[in-house]
Amino acid sequence: MIGFQLKRTLKSGLKSLWLHKMRSGLTMLGITFGVCSVIAMLAIGTGASEEAQEQIRKLGSHNIIIQSVKPPESQSAGDSTSRISEYGITYKDAALIRDTVPDVVRTVPTRKVRANVYVQNRRIDTDIVGTVPWYAEVNNATVLRGGFLTQGHLQRKAGVCVLGKDAADVLFPLGDALGSVVLQGELRFKVIGIITSFARGEFGGKKLQGDPNSEVYIPLTTMNLFYGPNTMHQSGGTFTSERVDLHELTVQVQSLDDVRRVEAVIAQILRNSHSKEDYQLIVPLQLLVQARRTQWIFSIVLGSIAAISLLVGGIGIMNITLATVMERTREIGIRRAMGAKRRHIIFQFLTETLLLALIGGGLGIAFGVLAPYLVQRLAGMRTIVRLWSLLLAFGISAAVGIIFGIYPAYRAANMDPIEALRHE
Amino acid sequence: MPLAEMKDIWRTYRMGSTLLHALRGVSFSIEQGQMISIMGPSGSGKSTLLNLLGCLDTPTRGEYILGGRNVAQLDDNELSEIRSTEIGFIFQSYNLITQLNVVENIEIPLYYQGMSERESYERAVELAERVGLSQRLTHVPTELSGGERQRVGVARALASSPLIVLADEPTGNLDTKTGNQILTLLHQLNDEGVTMIVVTHDPRVAAETERTLRLVDGQLQDGTDGT
Repeated sequence: MIGFQLKRTLKSGLKSLWLHKMRSGLTMLGITFGVCSVIAMLAIGTGASEEAQEQIRKLGSHNIIIQSVKPPESQSAGDSTSRISEYGITYKDAALIRDTVPDVVRTVPTRKVRANVYVQNRRIDTDIVGTVPWYAEVNNATVLRGGFLTQGHLQRKAGVCVLGKDAADVLFPLGDALGSVVLQGELRFKVIGIITSFARGEFGGKKLQGDPNSEVYIPLTTMNLFYGPNTMHQSGGTFTSERVDLHELTVQVQSLDDVRRVEAVIAQILRNSHSKEDYQLIVPLQLLVQARRTQWIFSIVLGSIAAISLLVGGIGIMNITLATVMERTREIGIRRAMGAKRRHIIFQFLTETLLLALIGGGLGIAFGVLAPYLVQRLAGMRTIVRLWSLLLAFGISAAVGIIFGIYPAYRAANMDPIEALRHE
Repeated sequence: MPLAEMKDIWRTYRMGSTLLHALRGVSFSIEQGQMISIMGPSGSGKSTLLNLLGCLDTPTRGEYILGGRNVAQLDDNELSEIRSTEIGFIFQSYNLITQLNVVENIEIPLYYQGMSERESYERAVELAERVGLSQRLTHVPTELSGGERQRVGVARALASSPLIVLADEPTGNLDTKTGNQILTLLHQLNDEGVTMIVVTHDPRVAAETERTLRLVDGQLQDGTDGT
């Protein structure tokens, strides 16, 4: 007797929505846009997050990067008579870290000299980087042509160089770099390879210096031989001399689990041997964790904003359904007189709002998958649509249908049948 | 035992601070297969009485025994149940659902009884044929004449094979000729055993019933209580 027939209820619900196509369509749009924007926002958020994480991963999550940082002037002012500022990571630090810290696989020392490098009348102002053969591997650089520095180059203090891709493009626009010679002052370097690497940027508020693609790489030993321990800088008309053993030391750690511990040991070593803060530690793994957290919050904020539009869509549904209930008062009266129980009326109207929300939500999911795709194609932003965001959006639209349908349905069910029958 | 019996029914409405007695101690009964009429001027309590008979409302006081069961103090759910199985309504203004076709309108009470789709469809078609609408099965109410609409109303009232059919001014919106056809149909159904109560203004309609209850100021006039 209770006879709640799902199929027939759905059928008559669809039929009555179809009867007011325009109204149903417009009401659905609210949900469609809401669901679509929730999915799109989450997809954009997830995409941005993945991109940032990938960048950090490329820095090498097994790596700990120590950079020399010039301390503030005030500290070196007392030393001004000498005109030589000495700071940063020393060979002693590097040796200590390489030889005494457990779980360190290898270390990559680099020293940089700012200089003009030229070929005929083409020149670039860049960093010449003195480093070791395993630099490329540890820093995820790819050799495009030729090869990278070798152990032999290092031992012979050879006059060879490897160009970053951008540097090669500027100096050798015709692509004939390999085997040619680049000049720096009176120094000559034979080009033996071209590499490319990801662009560095800012991570977790710490700026990573250098653009690997426009740098010129030479053996560290060659650099020390050619340039000596001190480098001259011109600033504000006066020359200053700097003595920095190493500008950067990348420490590769055995396993991810050891990164934090090794970082702590290194920090302790450096604190003991440095009186000033003339270095910084960058731990990509830690940045990765931070970036994940930041991007997660970002996604939630974006998603919440989109969810508000879903809420508005839900209110739209409620509004229309309330109007429909008023309009169909007579019908409700007739049905009640014919034996419909309150719950039959509730099911009838709830079915309609639920259908509206689910059809609207379904369309929203379709557009929500399409929109990030378009954003990616047209704006070049990376977007990632995750299955859970689709399920979430669908769940929300179902919830909206039920929540915003309950009140109108309840109103309909609690009408006095006698009054409703008399309604014009 | 009578099919339906009202014993000292009172229905009182509270209008602000005053009490309005729409019905004041109405008692009567109707036997299986009878066709009676209720007459009375506006405001005499006809509608109130009809709503109580149709289990759309419950009396303030008194007993209403329908099919051997006191339905005076049932709750909304139980009343709905009784409406769906024991009562058939015919309205002056037909009260068909505009978006449903003839068959679907007739099926409404069966739907709320939980009858299967196929079964209720067959029954509805059978009833539509019985009231002479076999050519109109898929028409919606706006495509039908007044007389045809009321035939749908009659068929719908019969759908659940109710104990009583309550007709509220069934010919009130029809011209004389069509009205007579509907009355003929009602009498024909009564002859087939359907118990019927007709509320009417029209003395000619009342004259054709076995018995007429006259309601004035919420009370049945002497000699018409039928007991």
